[in-house]
Amino acid sequence: MLDKLWDYLQFPFVRYALIVGVLVALCASLLGVTLVLKRFSFIGDGLSHVAFGAMAVASVVGLTDQIMIVMPVTIISAVLLLRTGQNSKIKGDAAIAMISVGALALGYILMNIFSTSSNISGDVCSTLFGSTSMLTLGLNDVIVCSVISFIVLCLFLFFYNKIFAVTFDEGFARASGTRAGTYNTILAVMIAVVIVMAMKLVGSLMISALIIFPALSAMRLFGSFRSVTVFSVACSVVCALIGMVISILAGTPVGPTIVAVDAAVFLLCCVISVFVRRRS
Amino acid sequence: MAMIDVEELALGYENRTILEGLSFCVNEGDYLCIVGENGSGKSTLMKTLLGLQKPHGGTIRLGDGLKKNEIGYLPQQTAVQKDFPASVREVVLSGCQARCGFRPFYSRSEKQLADQNMERMGIRQLAKRCYRDLSGGQQQRALLARALCATRKILLLDEPVSGLDPVVTAEMYELIKSLNHEGITIIMISHDISAAVSYASHILHIGKKIFFGTTEEYTASDTGKLFIMREESEENA
Repeated sequence: MLDKLWDYLQFPFVRYALIVGVLVALCASLLGVTLVLKRFSFIGDGLSHVAFGAMAVASVVGLTDQIMIVMPVTIISAVLLLRTGQNSKIKGDAAIAMISVGALALGYILMNIFSTSSNISGDVCSTLFGSTSMLTLGLNDVIVCSVISFIVLCLFLFFYNKIFAVTFDEGFARASGTRAGTYNTILAVMIAVVIVMAMKLVGSLMISALIIFPALSAMRLFGSFRSVTVFSVACSVVCALIGMVISILAGTPVGPTIVAVDAAVFLLCCVISVFVRRRS
Repeated sequence: MAMIDVEELALGYENRTILEGLSFCVNEGDYLCIVGENGSGKSTLMKTLLGLQKPHGGTIRLGDGLKKNEIGYLPQQTAVQKDFPASVREVVLSGCQARCGFRPFYSRSEKQLADQNMERMGIRQLAKRCYRDLSGGQQQRALLARALCATRKILLLDEPVSGLDPVVTAEMYELIKSLNHEGITIIMISHDISAAVSYASHILHIGKKIFFGTTEEYTASDTGKLFIMREESEENA
């Protein structure tokens, strides 16, 4: 089995896929802790559907560089969602659900009417569940992904204490003079960027899993924000690696395999936490 | 000049004004209790004082060198906090956030300040414990320590004893009283009128009738007598 894996690792595209997968898992879980605690677990789902809709628009317009439309549209949606989450007439979860299904429907309609390829359901399926496009990554994609991940990581470290303050108690933070709005916007932009990046890996239906599972697993076991964040990242990276290796060896689809591993680890963490509580 | 000077304030949420013509002032060392029926706008008043909401009219002036980021606030617990994975130390330290500006990490003096305030609230030994595992009273102490990190002068407390049992409630009131004796100005929303009149130096009653004055004046006034009587009969019922 190891021989088989070793053989696969000889191909550069397999190595690229592993690198990108790990980076995406890292970024998603980093932001996941805050999102879960802010009750925005489904923002990943919502935004990735927005990205899906934007992608459909881009291909109808015939843009070769789809990212030029997808990225700005997703970022704007993210900022609107996180900003208006607290005080708007339509509450956070409803707003996310609305944008999510709306964009999904619009995207599918556009793809159907103005389709350029003969296999629409195949195209849609691969955007929703992630695809083999994982394995068509070039060196360029890897470089872009690494740079973005590095920036997200740096921003997160730089704003770590502020993100904590805004997540734990936005009212207090605002009252004592922290610019909560600014930090929420920064957070929204980071999330949008990570999601567009992650779509390639697991597809837009399963992005939420990358965001919430590691955070939930960590929250079962740890009691401080720092340890939860660190464990969540570690857990996510390891799960992504295991998932990708299994999918290479067993020939299963990449995205769903990673999600399945994440879910298994979550169950494991639940069991462990029950035992730990009983002993103490 | 007074620390906080409110003149002809009108407040409410969105487009609905729920209270108008509110004037009062808070001087250094005062202990002001805000009382009134449910829905009379107590929490809205506090949010407006904190600048979380815009007033619909009138002015709020801060004096005595009090700056916007020197106000300590003890909010009501939110649902998010009930299962939040954070150690007590992390929570208390976050009170220093406003001092940091754009600086990403806490300085040594800020960490010392957090330790001192935990000591002051008697929760130093809980520093590493998870916030969600604490009892209600311990959680309030942690949030109070956080508020003290943000201020040396004034604390705004939004129903600090709601959900606490009688013994812990009494402890909490004593704690707040001792902070007031150390020179910290207190503004507190309270449901508990008997505690309000026994601890506060001034009372602000809002509702259909507005009353502002010292506690002695309040207990002698018609508004005060009526309200105290009604609350007590409700408690006995």
